[in-house]
Amino acid sequence: MIKVEEKLFQNRYRVDAGRPHVNIRQPDVCAHECKTQQCTVCCPAGCYTLEGNGRVVLISDGCLECGTCRIICDEHRNVDWEYPRGGYGILFKFG
Amino acid sequence: MSEKFDAIVVGAGPSGNAAAFTLAKAGLNVLQLERGESAGSKNVQGAILYADALERMIPDFRDSAPLERHIIEQRMWVMDDDSFIGTHYRSEGFNKEPYNRYTIIRAQFDKWFSGKVQEAGALLVCETTVTSLLRDDKNRVVGVQVDREGGTIYADVVILADGVNSLLAKKADFHPELEPKNVALAVKEIHFMPQEVLQERFNIGEEEGVVIELFGKITNGMMGTGFLYTNKESIAIGVGCMLSDFKDQQTTPYALLEQLKEHPSIKPLLAGGEMKEYTAHLIPEGGYKAIPKIYGDGWMIVGDSGMFVNAVHREGSNLAMTTGRLAAETVIEMKTAGKDMTSANLAEYRKKLDESFVIKDLKKYQEMPEIFHHNRQFFTTYPELVNRSAHNMLHVDGVDKKTKEREIFSSFKQKRSLFGLMGDAYKLWRAFR
Ligand SMILES: Cc1cc2nc3c(=O)[nH]c(=O)nc-3n(C[C@H](O)[C@H](O)[C@H](O)COP(=O)(O)OP(=O)(O)OC[C@H]3O[C@@H](n4cnc5c(N)ncnc54)[C@H](O)[C@@H]3O)c2cc1C
Ligand code: SF4
Repeated sequence: MIKVEEKLFQNRYRVDAGRPHVNIRQPDVCAHECKTQQCTVCCPAGCYTLEGNGRVVLISDGCLECGTCRIICDEHRNVDWEYPRGGYGILFKFG
Repeated sequence: MSEKFDAIVVGAGPSGNAAAFTLAKAGLNVLQLERGESAGSKNVQGAILYADALERMIPDFRDSAPLERHIIEQRMWVMDDDSFIGTHYRSEGFNKEPYNRYTIIRAQFDKWFSGKVQEAGALLVCETTVTSLLRDDKNRVVGVQVDREGGTIYADVVILADGVNSLLAKKADFHPELEPKNVALAVKEIHFMPQEVLQERFNIGEEEGVVIELFGKITNGMMGTGFLYTNKESIAIGVGCMLSDFKDQQTTPYALLEQLKEHPSIKPLLAGGEMKEYTAHLIPEGGYKAIPKIYGDGWMIVGDSGMFVNAVHREGSNLAMTTGRLAAETVIEMKTAGKDMTSANLAEYRKKLDESFVIKDLKKYQEMPEIFHHNRQFFTTYPELVNRSAHNMLHVDGVDKKTKEREIFSSFKQKRSLFGLMGDAYKLWRAFR
């Protein structure tokens, strides 16, 4: 299996420490009400991981700011999604 | 900043730059806000630049724009698991100036375009995210709020050039959240290699470029396509599929890209290259029927934010630039005539768009998304069948060609009924017509 981390390692980021721009609104909804948890499949940066206990953990440091997770969570609308503060987040060298 | 501007442009991608450039050149007082460190640092594209849209604003762009290669050959490959059948169109006609299409690197190109916008007199402020639109008591848009201290800025009109994830338009209730069936997710990598290696590999000269559009089983049955573009000393490779399709399956976007890179017809093209960046971005592919309302009292929407992408022809940045320019021209007209930026007056923008290639082209292909949604065989069975047919015909094994033809035809019929085949051909013809 390919590790997405190795890909992200090539990228340039300015992380806004302690101020994630994407958040899961109610973690319980992911764990108990969402059957598919497709954010764990569809996020191109692998920011969402499924834990053994059925919980979804989000670490948005590698986020590519694509918007996918916000849009596919259309049944539960459980993703709070904002752009990072100006100047922070992914900084594409080539794009 | 309590100054009032003639116009505020949100975003410094091609649509925002086109709008700000046109406005500033006409002498308007323009503020452009960009959340990235610089113009382009948040943007992703394939990327092919279609000269025409830019040339209408900056006729001598070729003298200073960072262009990679002009395209002399276009390949279209229909992929099976370990083969492809395709067409190559190469023409010396594409080798005559002024060239029509170029590969570019967006981070560099946007920065260059942004330089032109500033030269024209617009004020650009980067590292600034617009967080909401300001309204007056009549609900007219009168400015923006930004994430900086004292960040309330006023203008006669606000042009939203903020790209596919237009949080601003959504928060302002200009349109609802994007639907997964109207956007594609693309992932892309850039691989560097010596210029000579690249030129030998693609049989091209120093400034000449090749683009390959990929179609078929590489998307695992999802509605989508891949691409491989040659830059000066790098190759851009990517694949994108509709979000609604990604949502229904179990392959991650990066695994899909990895699978494409491993295809026996692609792998040798990338051999020895060094991967230097991995990116992802959405493309608004809903087409004509998904275009939201694009103007109102004190506001206008241009570019990806308004769904202005022609997915069939992979055109986006030129629609972005054209919508940006036409929006700006509308504002200039109103300003010159001393008219207010009301919804009724700004409706002229939509009229201009209707008369341009932008709406004409999107209208022409309006049925396309639906046809592909309901006919998965275009991404699975057909690519497989045409590849196997080619293999069958070309594999010399003592069986006569007529018998082979019969076999091929019956395999087509087996996989999809004769009526189905004719129906598909008809639908496709109608949509392309
Ligand atoms: C993988 C891929 C390949 C493509 N290939 C091609 C191609 O080959 N040819 C082609 O013509 N088109 C192509 N496109 C489409 C093309 O990239 C887009 O249509 C085009 O970039 C749209 O331009 P835009 O200015 O509307 O939006 P964008 O380029 O997305 O620019 C929006 C800008 O607004 C900024 N912004 C957003 N919100 C805010 C805010 N709140 N405050 C401040 N700033 C903000 C962003 O940082 C960004 O700079 C491709 C797209 C992708 C994803
Ligand atoms: S915006 Fe895109 S990259 Fe960021 S967490 Fe969501 S899906 Fe992943």
